[in-house]
Amino acid sequence: MRIGIVCPYSWDVPGGVQFHIRDLAEYFIRLGHEVSVLAPADDDTPLPPYVVSAGRAVPVPYNGSVARLNFGFLSAARVRRWLHDGEFDVVHIHEPTSPSLGLLTCWAASGPIVATFHTSNPRSRAMIAAYSILQAALEKISARIAVSEYARRTLVEHLGGDAVVIPNGVDVDFFARAEPKEEWQGDTIGFIGRIDEPRKGLPVLMKALPRILAERPQARLLVAGRGDEEEAVESLPAELRPRVQFLGMVSDEDKARFLRSVDLYVAPNTGGESFGIILVEAMSAGAPVLASDLDAFAQVLDQGAAGELFANEDSDALAEAALRLLGDPERRAELRERGSAHVRRFDWSTVGADILSVYETVTAGAAAVAAAEDERGPGLRSRLGLARD
Amino acid sequence: MTATLIWILVALLAIGLYLSWTAGRLDRLHARIDAARAALDAQLLRRASVAQELATSGVLDPAASIVLYEAAHAARQVEEEQREVAESELSQALRAVFAEAQQVEAVREAPGGEAAAGELTEAVRRVPMARRFHNDAVGAARRLREHRKVRWFRLAGHAPFPMAFEMDDEPPAALADRAV
Repeated sequence: MRIGIVCPYSWDVPGGVQFHIRDLAEYFIRLGHEVSVLAPADDDTPLPPYVVSAGRAVPVPYNGSVARLNFGFLSAARVRRWLHDGEFDVVHIHEPTSPSLGLLTCWAASGPIVATFHTSNPRSRAMIAAYSILQAALEKISARIAVSEYARRTLVEHLGGDAVVIPNGVDVDFFARAEPKEEWQGDTIGFIGRIDEPRKGLPVLMKALPRILAERPQARLLVAGRGDEEEAVESLPAELRPRVQFLGMVSDEDKARFLRSVDLYVAPNTGGESFGIILVEAMSAGAPVLASDLDAFAQVLDQGAAGELFANEDSDALAEAALRLLGDPERRAELRERGSAHVRRFDWSTVGADILSVYETVTAGAAAVAAAEDERGPGLRSRLGLARD
Repeated sequence: MTATLIWILVALLAIGLYLSWTAGRLDRLHARIDAARAALDAQLLRRASVAQELATSGVLDPAASIVLYEAAHAARQVEEEQREVAESELSQALRAVFAEAQQVEAVREAPGGEAAAGELTEAVRRVPMARRFHNDAVGAARRLREHRKVRWFRLAGHAPFPMAFEMDDEPPAALADRAV
């Protein structure tokens, strides 16, 4: 099958959607499919052979922050050329509502289009204003995928229609096989995420830390992620600061070893999550997980069966649960076991097969229609490429 | 005077273009429904075929075989108006027969059973998928067709009002071992 994937965010900036697309593309290539990914990237950044650059993304203020987007005449032309050269059986767009490559592709392409909705942003004012334009473009999508039941609900509320739920994928064995590192073991609490992004919840964890350390002075907090380290520990009494260790940005290998080593992984995120891939990674590595009770997290953790939940933003509840778990090796072993079994459904072998099922469902129907249309004129090729070529 | 006339012409042209664009949109949606319906038909047929194959294979006990055969046969032969009911009954029959994980295991152990069980798992997963895509397309077309401009100018032509395909497509628990 010839598959075209559209990534809305810069390939050179690390992010969940980009990693998802990279893993998905590589999974399909391993299965023998032909894959081409269209992504914004600077022309001089080295790209893997399957990625085609759509030009540099331009930073513009959008939806309350500065987003790097691709639009305008040149980008549209590149999208068109990519569609024309690719002759894809199916085009898979990620984040079709962001005013970037996804939307441009929706406009330019016809034929089987699959779209994945990653975020569950509340409807923005821009989206309300552009609703009818957006609707016309989104109508072309033959199959919608939401990454969680929560994301699907927001999608149904804001845009109408329906979607199938296919979670994000993780290479479970990569995490399960990682070698634990001794210096990260022994009463350690792990946290991965941007330090200076309050929604990742590090401040909540910092508030809970004095209580945890009062009862378990030997405990340590290991933090992996970018951001200002001094600002992060500001709220902590000076004598407790050495108990927090910053590792900075870690490589994929180190992340797996990190998750494999820690005695408890804490995800105190306060919002803005529609899936929670990090929880899946932690469970893959066999780390007992303690997470805030966001809708998306509760679903990934099987409503608390595969990992423990605490009331969102409640640092006392967090401290209490963390202490209970650190003092109960049996319960942690049980969580490890349940998590490792639960996480299999997020493995690429399952998720990739599901996504392929969607492609096959969509192309099966479209092929029949294209044959009927041939008698009247344009065939599948010109439908997917562009009529004017 | 001429200026007014030109403006009226421009306005009429703009309205005409907009209506023609809307008609194109509607046409595309109808084509999407046709494609989705064809895909749904293919998946339903595939599911009924696998079910019938299993029912006549002798792997299942006689009672289960009869129940499954009856439902699969009905789903394949039924008239279009009764289709939703017959397909729902096939879903129920599949759920009843494959309620226990052991039954799936027994099928897998039989010669050629691994492939049949795999095919059935895939079929019961794809039917809800295809149905959701179909009904999503139907919903989008209906929303557009209910709009004033479409009704007043009869942009939908003679295309029948699209109907959703409603059925019980809950897969058997033993075959649906995944997140959602």
